[in-house]
Amino acid sequence: MSVKTDKIDRLSELSAVKQEEQGVSLWTEAFRRLRRSPSAIIGASILLIFVIVAIIGPWVAPYSPTDTIGIREGVVKSGQGIIPGASAEHWLGYDHQGRDLFSRMLVGARQTLLVGVISTLIGLTIGAIIGGIAGAAAGLGGRVGRWVDNVLMRFVDIMLALPSLLLAVSIAALLGASLTTVMIAVGLVSVPIFARLLRGAMLAQSGGDYVLAATSLGVTRRRIALTHIVPNSLAPVIVQATLTLATAIIEAAALSFLGLGNPDSSVPEWGVMLADAQSYLGIRPGLAIYPALGIIITALGFTLLGEAMREALDPKLRK
Amino acid sequence: MTEVLVEVDDLKVHFPIKRGAFFDRVVGHVKAVDGVSLRIEKGKTYGLVGESGCGKSTLGRALLQLTKPTGGTVNFDGTELTTLPTKQLRSMRRRMQMIFQDPMSSLDPRQNVESILTEGLQAHGIGGDRAERRKLIAKTLDAVGLPQWALSRYPHEFSGGQRQRIGIARAVVLNPDLIVADEPVSALDVSIQAQVINLLEDLQEELGLTYLVIAHDLAVVRHISDTVGVMYLGALVEEASGDDLYERPLHPYTRALMSAVPVPDPEVEDRRERILLAGDLPSPANPPSGCRFHTRCPWAQPTRCGDERPGLRVIGTGTHRVACHWAEQIESGEIRPHAVTAEVVADGAGAVEAHGTLAAALETPGGPVV
Repeated sequence: MSVKTDKIDRLSELSAVKQEEQGVSLWTEAFRRLRRSPSAIIGASILLIFVIVAIIGPWVAPYSPTDTIGIREGVVKSGQGIIPGASAEHWLGYDHQGRDLFSRMLVGARQTLLVGVISTLIGLTIGAIIGGIAGAAAGLGGRVGRWVDNVLMRFVDIMLALPSLLLAVSIAALLGASLTTVMIAVGLVSVPIFARLLRGAMLAQSGGDYVLAATSLGVTRRRIALTHIVPNSLAPVIVQATLTLATAIIEAAALSFLGLGNPDSSVPEWGVMLADAQSYLGIRPGLAIYPALGIIITALGFTLLGEAMREALDPKLRK
Repeated sequence: MTEVLVEVDDLKVHFPIKRGAFFDRVVGHVKAVDGVSLRIEKGKTYGLVGESGCGKSTLGRALLQLTKPTGGTVNFDGTELTTLPTKQLRSMRRRMQMIFQDPMSSLDPRQNVESILTEGLQAHGIGGDRAERRKLIAKTLDAVGLPQWALSRYPHEFSGGQRQRIGIARAVVLNPDLIVADEPVSALDVSIQAQVINLLEDLQEELGLTYLVIAHDLAVVRHISDTVGVMYLGALVEEASGDDLYERPLHPYTRALMSAVPVPDPEVEDRRERILLAGDLPSPANPPSGCRFHTRCPWAQPTRCGDERPGLRVIGTGTHRVACHWAEQIESGEIRPHAVTAEVVADGAGAVEAHGTLAAALETPGGPVV
């Protein structure tokens, strides 16, 4: 038959196939967009490498990160300002105590990742609980709800009013210097961000028509909050969590740099390594540059992925 | 005499206006709905028309107790809703459903159709197990004209008309007695509007539904309604059977409203009489004294209109009710329309009477020009 009818046949075939398909949820669609975003691919690749290094680092490191080979062999005399740089055996040279810098970088990745992830989780959990309760109370709870919301948010405002580094320093000083302290301090600092973000998103959602629709269906308020409002408010929180991972790593490094991190330098951590390097900046700037590069690149990876996720989850923001 | 399903008496919804940085101070009230009484008969359709901001949507929501009324009563099939405890009200909600204007924002974008339709059933424990629910949902999908493959789809994958069908299915699946349809078709294309209206009519016939249809489209309301109520500034100004109201509008506001409907005949359209209202809709926070409409009414009289608020009273056939002191005289032509000077209304409280004659007023030198 004619070309025209052929075309129509093909079209109906195509649409028939489409009808068989499953529905595409917003999450699936967001993931599709994410896969097409170059910055998401770059960010994810950086993070993949970082995570792999963090996991297998201790096994592939050529030397023990605590072995002071350089001093034993008499090559490193940091008192006299002699710290040899890169060589065939030691790719990044020695640190001030004669330890292999490359091995320390590899092993230190795990600590850095751990600090970032755990402190973000602390901030996310506490922040989401406070923000979630406040948001649900303000949106659906009537007079009592507004009161609960007010109390919680004023508490968050107090946290927000303190400079974050000062807050972290005082928490760290209060609990004593250790890696756990750094995680708690960095985590708590990010609590207000998550709380406010989730509450705001939930408030915006609870004014929506579909919440009214659910109410008119006879769904309980608790169910509405959990099945409608929270899932629809999560996107900005997820994005913020990814971006916070980057700042958490930097902040943890800053706290370590200020001497509030793990005092036991046998466990390498990029922030501590950076702090240790400050006395030898003039002799071997590499001691500071390599850990700093590690921190910057990792933070960049999280930021790239976070920004890409923001665009994927909310296509309206795309330029 | 048919059975009355819903009886609303002197319903009021006043929203407080709050001011103050630290402590909220109530400085006034927006009287969105201010004393509305109406009855909806079982199996019938009550149409509610009025311009935007007149409180018709708020009335619909207050009727369903989605917005708590400030005063008045709502009697639903013998049960007083305004004083009903939350729990009983929640189970009562199965019997009164709502259809929304915007089918996109009234559907949760993260729920697929099956989940949307199951939610109400779950909330009321209807349908027992999953298989039985699926059967019920499948039947409802058929009834609203949606294909079965829609079940696993999400709202954003449908067209506007289909989305509205999902919204209708969500209401109908619970087998309710009353459906409040708030502008059910105004977000849709004209071609789709007719389909959805017909669907609503078919469902009414099949399931014996009672509707309260809120709309600003007079043609839609006339087509679907048995009784039509006209709202102005939070109150009913006229109520009559559909045809009666359209053929013989008695209230000046209704007359103006009707005269705004274009006629699809160029010759008639050219000679059509039009009543242009002067001025803006007064603020519901500070409604005019007496008759709410007297500030814009071309027939307003120096006596009564400004100081005595007219209630609905029966005129003629027995079902036609009008809230106008001079309805008979206006109809007989005893009172002639005159020009209205528009009042410049300042925002909120303290309306400044500036008596600036707006261009709109100039266009109505003698009211209806034949």
